[in-house]
Amino acid sequence: MYTTELSKNVQPIETPEDPALLEAFEARVAADEFIEPKDWMPEAYRKTLVRQISQHAHSEIVGMLPEGNWITRAPSLRRKAILLAKVQDEAGHGLYLYCAAETLGTSREEMIEALHSGKAKYSTIFNYPTLTWADIGAIGWLVDGAAIMNQVPLQRTSYGPYARAMVRVCKEESFHQRQGYEIMIALANGTAAQKRMAQDALNRWWWPSLMMFGPPDDNSPNTERSMRWRIKRETNDELRQKFVDITKPQADFLGLTVPDPELKWNDEKGGHDFGEVDWDEFYAVVRGEGPVAKERITARREAWENNTWVREAAAAHAAKKQAREAA
Amino acid sequence: MSSDWPLWEVFVRAKGGLAHRHVGSVHAPDQELALRHARDTYTRRLEGVSLWVVKSTDIVASDPEEAGPLFEPAEDKIYRHPTFYDIPDEVKHI
Ligand SMILES: [Fe+2]
Ligand SMILES: [Fe+2]
Repeated sequence: MYTTELSKNVQPIETPEDPALLEAFEARVAADEFIEPKDWMPEAYRKTLVRQISQHAHSEIVGMLPEGNWITRAPSLRRKAILLAKVQDEAGHGLYLYCAAETLGTSREEMIEALHSGKAKYSTIFNYPTLTWADIGAIGWLVDGAAIMNQVPLQRTSYGPYARAMVRVCKEESFHQRQGYEIMIALANGTAAQKRMAQDALNRWWWPSLMMFGPPDDNSPNTERSMRWRIKRETNDELRQKFVDITKPQADFLGLTVPDPELKWNDEKGGHDFGEVDWDEFYAVVRGEGPVAKERITARREAWENNTWVREAAAAHAAKKQAREAA
Repeated sequence: MSSDWPLWEVFVRAKGGLAHRHVGSVHAPDQELALRHARDTYTRRLEGVSLWVVKSTDIVASDPEEAGPLFEPAEDKIYRHPTFYDIPDEVKHI
């Protein structure tokens, strides 16, 4: 998702590196020390982080779109103010993360270009459409819920700037999930039509939310190394299991049904058994075949292009002021 | 070379009496916009009462490779710590 390896054909990076430096690095990471921007690090560590952090940043930025288009249609002033604040937070998350990635030697411009050209990946979840107001509830509850599940362990990720960005993000995410669940409570206790709307949203967002944790562990080639380097702290399947175990009772409380006939408590393992995610759909969305993938990138590009004049005006103003001061 | 706006490091004073603390960075064309971006990005929830922004290129940092020679000499000067000194128990308030 935000943090899983989405490019399947990533070449292993094999640059000859000083074995003594590498060994010292591995020892530091194994001792749970943080790596900071100017410290020596293996090229593969740097590249993996740039890819993961920028992908995470792109997800926050694109993530504003499915919710942003409901701001004008929120059912009350209270909901509108809340949604506006949440979407603004997601912009902030994107900015914290872009800055963290920049400490590794990439530039903002490069990352934005990669996103707009379609070269960079972002979470598959945002290529599904938001059809009704209940989707805004389901997104806060499930999508932000899955994001929290992913991000909490990343507060201890080995790269200092990334870990610190995650601490800020996690502090803000909890409100996102709670406001979503509150929307679901209101709908689930509303009219029959509202309850149907809530159930329909759960039906459509459940499986894409489980996909946010990324491919199953046995098909996630870089997990082992990322765990060793403490870039990742828990595997995709571990996180997915936790998410199901926590979320099922929340659905029960709403009186809604999780759309998985195989979902049931397993006493022996102390967790739920659940059905298989449709991985063909997942990989199709990763390849850019999500229902609204084109729309999302078009919206991003248009926002960027239509606001060029603002950036140009700000730069011109700064240059003029500087020239006046120099005179 | 990228055409990004310059990078500014952002420091926030959480409340009166505390020092400014580094929280992250923003891109901005000038100081004024750097402050505004810093405010929008890092203080949406009463995180602070004062902001500093400093151009990242104006910060001079020590080299991690030299952390040894720079900081280790302090390790063999344990007499700089109060616990180094043996004072009899009956002596109070010292
Ligand atoms: Fe976020
Ligand atoms: Fe969020």
